[in-house]
Amino acid sequence: MDCYLMLMPFMVLFVTFTVIPVIMSVPVSFTNFNMVQTPEFVGLSNYTALFLSDRIFMKSIRITLIFAFFTGVVSFILCFVAAWLINSMPKKIAAFFTLIFYVPSMANVYSVWKVIFSGDINGYINSLLINTGIITAPIQWLTDGRYVLGTAIIVQLWLSLGAGFLAMRAGLQGIDRALYEVGAIEGIKNRWQELVYIVIPSMKPHLMFAAVMQIVSSFAAGTVIQNIVGFPSTDYQAHTVMTHAYDYGWVRYEMGYASAICMILFLVMYSVNRLVSHFLGKNTD
Amino acid sequence: MSDKKKVKISSGMAGRKKSGTVMIFVFLSVLGIFMFFPVYLTIVMSVKPVEELFVFPPKLYTLRPTLKNFSDMSEVIRQNRVPFSRYVFNSVAVTVSVTFLQSVIISMAAFVLAKCRFVGRKLINNIIVISLLYQSNVIYIMQYIVINKLNLTDSLYALILPSAASPMGTFLMKQSISQLPDSIIESAKMDGAGLFRICWQIVMPNQKPALMTLIIFAFQSSWNMQSGAFVFHEEYKTLPTVVNQISSAGMVRAGVSMAAAVVMLVPPVIVFTMVQGQIIETMAHSGIKD
Repeated sequence: MDCYLMLMPFMVLFVTFTVIPVIMSVPVSFTNFNMVQTPEFVGLSNYTALFLSDRIFMKSIRITLIFAFFTGVVSFILCFVAAWLINSMPKKIAAFFTLIFYVPSMANVYSVWKVIFSGDINGYINSLLINTGIITAPIQWLTDGRYVLGTAIIVQLWLSLGAGFLAMRAGLQGIDRALYEVGAIEGIKNRWQELVYIVIPSMKPHLMFAAVMQIVSSFAAGTVIQNIVGFPSTDYQAHTVMTHAYDYGWVRYEMGYASAICMILFLVMYSVNRLVSHFLGKNTD
Repeated sequence: MSDKKKVKISSGMAGRKKSGTVMIFVFLSVLGIFMFFPVYLTIVMSVKPVEELFVFPPKLYTLRPTLKNFSDMSEVIRQNRVPFSRYVFNSVAVTVSVTFLQSVIISMAAFVLAKCRFVGRKLINNIIVISLLYQSNVIYIMQYIVINKLNLTDSLYALILPSAASPMGTFLMKQSISQLPDSIIESAKMDGAGLFRICWQIVMPNQKPALMTLIIFAFQSSWNMQSGAFVFHEEYKTLPTVVNQISSAGMVRAGVSMAAAVVMLVPPVIVFTMVQGQIIETMAHSGIKD
């Protein structure tokens, strides 16, 4: 009985402010909701339009997949390596590095990247490259179609040692010290064996949490990119699925169509999540 | 026996070579420079005098630091009908409430979802993950409809209550508690402890790193929360809302928006440092024993 009592406050708030809005939003993708007129049921036409006639959507899928590889997969590994290596440092130094790596995620400080990548000779990257003689004319990092995706990936990568990284740190700190001692007695000789036999099995749930966070932040990226390389980006070169949804939802007010875009994205993220959860094994839910 | 002793001295970790540790330090430092450089630049630009902002080559430091950008920022905010302190008060109120509510509500729920057996547990856990993965720009509209139906618009409740049951925090805590051996809970039950006591006196003290991480997430997400469409009156708007107005207005120089970023960054850094200190202390004192 206590179970339900302890769960109750959470469930009331969670259902009211998260579950109900989520459920209410699902049918929107089958309508032509535009925030002014009463929505009409249009069947699957949003979805067919997406796949049959929206070339930019197809392009945005490709860009999102490239983006998700770097800021999802690469960043997940980076988060783990950083968290694990930090853990072997003395405590004060470990706390210092954790702070340094996490600072970018604490507040919106990313707009400074616009100054760093600025296209005139005053940009930090351009002035460095000109001074060292690598280039002679400034490169338009934020507007040249060849570079915008790379620039966006670097900024998002910088932001990506976030929630997942911190959860991994907590997971590592929560491992019982005695486990390492037992391991040493049982014949574990080096860091690698320790990693495989003690560290990873002890923090599978934290790895699963970090995976979900990484999936969300990489597949649903858009806002930061739009702020850095502009909206729409040159030749749609940094146009992610979420940016496409923003375009239709908040610029053209075609909410039904935007919902369909988000629904497709959700199905992709959910499948990836099932896949990761399968690899990490049971006990991860 | 002597083996065991040696292991203890090297903090219980196997095969630590000094050269390895130095290499790790070098690697972390290189990564650290990449991570911190933009933050450093933000801080430098926030104290640069305006005539130094556009020189070639751009400088990485300033010899004449000034607080002009900060005073300009408060000047811009003063043009609103509401004093600067009101925004700060709103943000502090939202941040403190959300952080407190989340730590209490989520800790209990996560404990139940990880360790109690009841019908629907798996379903709830799945819904939590799904709600994290489901990113749609219509949710915001639906949330607005719900908040409006509950007559909560235009009050701080509209900002506090929806974030009090964060699925992300719950998922984190639940994952972490699930690693705790069931035997601890079973033996506490044998001793006649109720679920409330087990949760707060046995499980949570063991979950300090996760709990502290939850507090960091809660603090920082609520501190950065913008009022959005849930609040129309200026006197209920939060600090990030007005700070964002400054930087997105585009009329002011880069220096002022950097100053705004620094203002937003300082409190989370302080809280983070305090919380980290707490984790280090508990890890040094408490042994988690099965």
